[in-house]
Amino acid sequence: MKKSLLMIGVVIVLLLMSGSVLFAGEKDYRVGCVFAITGKASWLGEPEMKTVEMIAREINEAGGINGHKLKLFIEDSQGDNTRAVNAVKKLIKKNNVCAIIGPSRSGTSMAVIPIVQKAQIPLISCAGAEVIVVPVEERKWVFKTPQKDSDCVRRIYEHMIEKGIKDIGIISGTTGFGNAGRKQLKDIAAEYKINIVADETYSPADTDMTAQLVKIKNAGAMALVNWSIVPAQSIVPQNMKHLKMDIQLYQSHGFGNVKYAKAAGAAGNGIIFPAGRLLAVDSLPDDNPQKAVLLGYKNKYETKFNETVSTFGGHAYDSLWLVANALKAVGDNPEKIREQLEKSELVGTGGIFKLSPMDHNGLDKTAFEMLTVQDGKFVVLKD
Amino acid sequence: MGWKNYMGMLVLFLMVAAAPLIIRNDYYLGVLVFAALNCLACIGLCLLMGYAGQISLGHAAFIGIGAYASGYMTVRLGLSPWTAMAAGIFLSAGVALIVGIPALRLKGHYLAMATLGFGSILHIVAVAAIDITGGPGGLNNIPAISLFGIALNTDTRFFYFSWAIVLIGLYFGFNLIHSRVGRGLRALHGSEDAAGSLGINTASYKIQIFVLSSVYASISGSLYAYYINYIDPGPFSVMHSVLLVTMVAVGGLHKIWGAVFGAVLLTLLPEFLSSFSEYFQVIGIEYKPDYDTLIYGLILLIIMLFLPEGLFGGFGDAIHALQGKMKRLREARE
Repeated sequence: MKKSLLMIGVVIVLLLMSGSVLFAGEKDYRVGCVFAITGKASWLGEPEMKTVEMIAREINEAGGINGHKLKLFIEDSQGDNTRAVNAVKKLIKKNNVCAIIGPSRSGTSMAVIPIVQKAQIPLISCAGAEVIVVPVEERKWVFKTPQKDSDCVRRIYEHMIEKGIKDIGIISGTTGFGNAGRKQLKDIAAEYKINIVADETYSPADTDMTAQLVKIKNAGAMALVNWSIVPAQSIVPQNMKHLKMDIQLYQSHGFGNVKYAKAAGAAGNGIIFPAGRLLAVDSLPDDNPQKAVLLGYKNKYETKFNETVSTFGGHAYDSLWLVANALKAVGDNPEKIREQLEKSELVGTGGIFKLSPMDHNGLDKTAFEMLTVQDGKFVVLKD
Repeated sequence: MGWKNYMGMLVLFLMVAAAPLIIRNDYYLGVLVFAALNCLACIGLCLLMGYAGQISLGHAAFIGIGAYASGYMTVRLGLSPWTAMAAGIFLSAGVALIVGIPALRLKGHYLAMATLGFGSILHIVAVAAIDITGGPGGLNNIPAISLFGIALNTDTRFFYFSWAIVLIGLYFGFNLIHSRVGRGLRALHGSEDAAGSLGINTASYKIQIFVLSSVYASISGSLYAYYINYIDPGPFSVMHSVLLVTMVAVGGLHKIWGAVFGAVLLTLLPEFLSSFSEYFQVIGIEYKPDYDTLIYGLILLIIMLFLPEGLFGGFGDAIHALQGKMKRLREARE
C-alpha cells in the first residue's frame, strides 16, 4: 500500500516536471506573459490576461502565424517584484519563450529589466513609468505600450495655457504612478511658464484630502491637477465640492476607469483629463484612424466577458499585436523580433505607434485625447 | 552544538554543493536563491520567536533597512557593496536597539502590535522619503557584489554565495543556542519570572537577541538588493513580515532547522503550484491562477491544524508515533 502510494507520488512529480514539454508543440511560437492577475494590482492584470487569451484564440482560429500556432505562457506576478522576477526567469529558461508581454506594474517591470537585458529576450511592458524605456541605450530589449507621462503633462499644460491658467496646485497619490507624474509635472512646468503654487500628496488608503485641498486653496491655485491611479483619487472632487472650490480640476490618464468617474458622483462632472481614445470611442468622429480598431476591440471584449473594457487591457492588446506582427515578419528569433519591433508601426488602442531604435514606446502626445466627465461617462472634450 | 546539527549542516552543505550540478536551469537556481534569503531572515526570526519567545511582525522592515542601505550607498554614494552591507548591518542593529528597548517591555499581543506598527512606519518612510529611497519608483542599477574579484552576477555564483551565508548563519545560530546565552534564552521562553529569579538578565537578553535577528534580516535584505539590482518599497511591506512569521511557524518554531525547512518550503510552494497549473492544462482541465492562492491557503491550513508544532516538529512526532505503533504491532503479533 505504502509503496504504491509512493510510486504514484513519484509519477505525479515526474509528470509535473515534464509538464511544459508535453503540451507545447515544437513548431509553436512561444510568447510569455506576466500580469498581476491576482493581488493588489489585479485590476490591471485581469483585463490584460483576458485580452491576450482572447486575441491568441482569435489568431489561432484563423490558422496561426505563418502556419505556426501562437502559444501563450501566462504567469501571475501577484504584483510582487520577487514573483515577477521568478516568473520572467521561468518563461525564459523553462518555457523558452521568444518574447515577453508585461509585467503590469512599473515596479515589477523595473525589477525584471536586468534579467531580460542579460538573457536578450524582448519585453514589452504594460506599465506606465517612462523610466522603463529610458535611457534607451540601457534598455535595448525593453519596450512599452502605455502612453508617456510627459505627453500627458504636456496635454494638460497646453489646455491650461489656452484657458489662461498660470498658477496651479498639484496633488498626487504616493504610488509609483503618482510619484512619476508628480516629477514630470514639476519638471515640465517651466517649459510652459506655469507656476506650481502648492504640491501635496495623499496615500492610497486616505479617505479625506480636505487638509491638502485647503492648503492648495489658500495658495491661490487657479487650477488643480490630481495625478493618481488609485481609487482614493475620486475623493478629491468630492472634497472640493464640500469646500466650494470651483477651480478647474484636471486628472491624469490614471483616471481612465469609468468606476472612478462613478465614484466621484455629481462632483465628478466637468473633470478634464487626457487619456487614450478607447474610453470615449462612442463620441469619437468616424474619420479618426483609430476608431475601427477601438470599436472592434471594445465590442469583442465586452460581448465575451460582459464587463466594460479598460485601457489596461488595451495595453496588452497593443503589446500582443506588436509581437504577433513581428513574428509574422521575421519568425521567432528574439534578436530579429527586437530589430523588427524597433521599426514597427501599429494602429493600436493606445494610439498610433511608430517605434524606432531611439524610441521604444513609439507614441507622442497625439495619442491622448482630452476627455471630460458627463454624468458618470467619459466623452471627448469639445473645446 | 550537537552532532545531529553538525550532520544536518553537512547534509545541507552537500546538497548545496551538488544542486547546481543537477539543476542546470537558472530559473530553479533563482528560486533557491530566494529560498536562501528567506532562510537567513527566518533563522534570525526563529532565534527571536522560538528561543526567546518574543514575536516580531516587523521583520520585513529590517530586511528593508539592509536593502535600502545597500541600494542607497552603492548607487548614490558610490561605496563598495561590502561597505554598504556592513553599514546596513550597523544601521539595522542601531534601529533594533532603539525600537527594542521600549518595545520589548511589552508582552504578547502588545509586542506584536508594536512591531507591526514599526514595520508599517518604516514602509511609509520608504514610500515617502523620495530623495533617499526613490519613493515608490525605487532605486535601480544597484551593482552586483564581488567576492575575491569575482562578480557574483550569475545565478549559479549567487546561489553558492547566498547558501554559504546561510550556512555561516546557521553555524552562529547553533553555537548561540548551545551557549550560556542560549540556555538563558530558553529559560526566558519557559518563564520570564523563573528565569529572572535564576539570575538571568531577561531584559538585556531579549534586546540582544532582537538586535541579532535584525542583523540576519539586514544581511538578507542587502543580498536581495545585490541579486535583483532593483528595490522598491513593495517587498518590505507588513505582508512580508507576516509571511516570514508564517514560514517560521510552518517549519516549526522551536528548532532552527524548522525555520530553514519552512522558509524553503514556502518559497518553493508558489512556484510549484504555478507549474502545477501547466500540468492541468495538459490533461485539459481549465485551471485559473486564482486557484494557486486557494491551494496555498489550504496547505497552510492543513499544516497548522494537524501539525501545530510545525512541519519539523510534526515529522519528529510522527516518526516517534509510528515507531511506537510498529513496536506495539510487533508485540501484538508475538
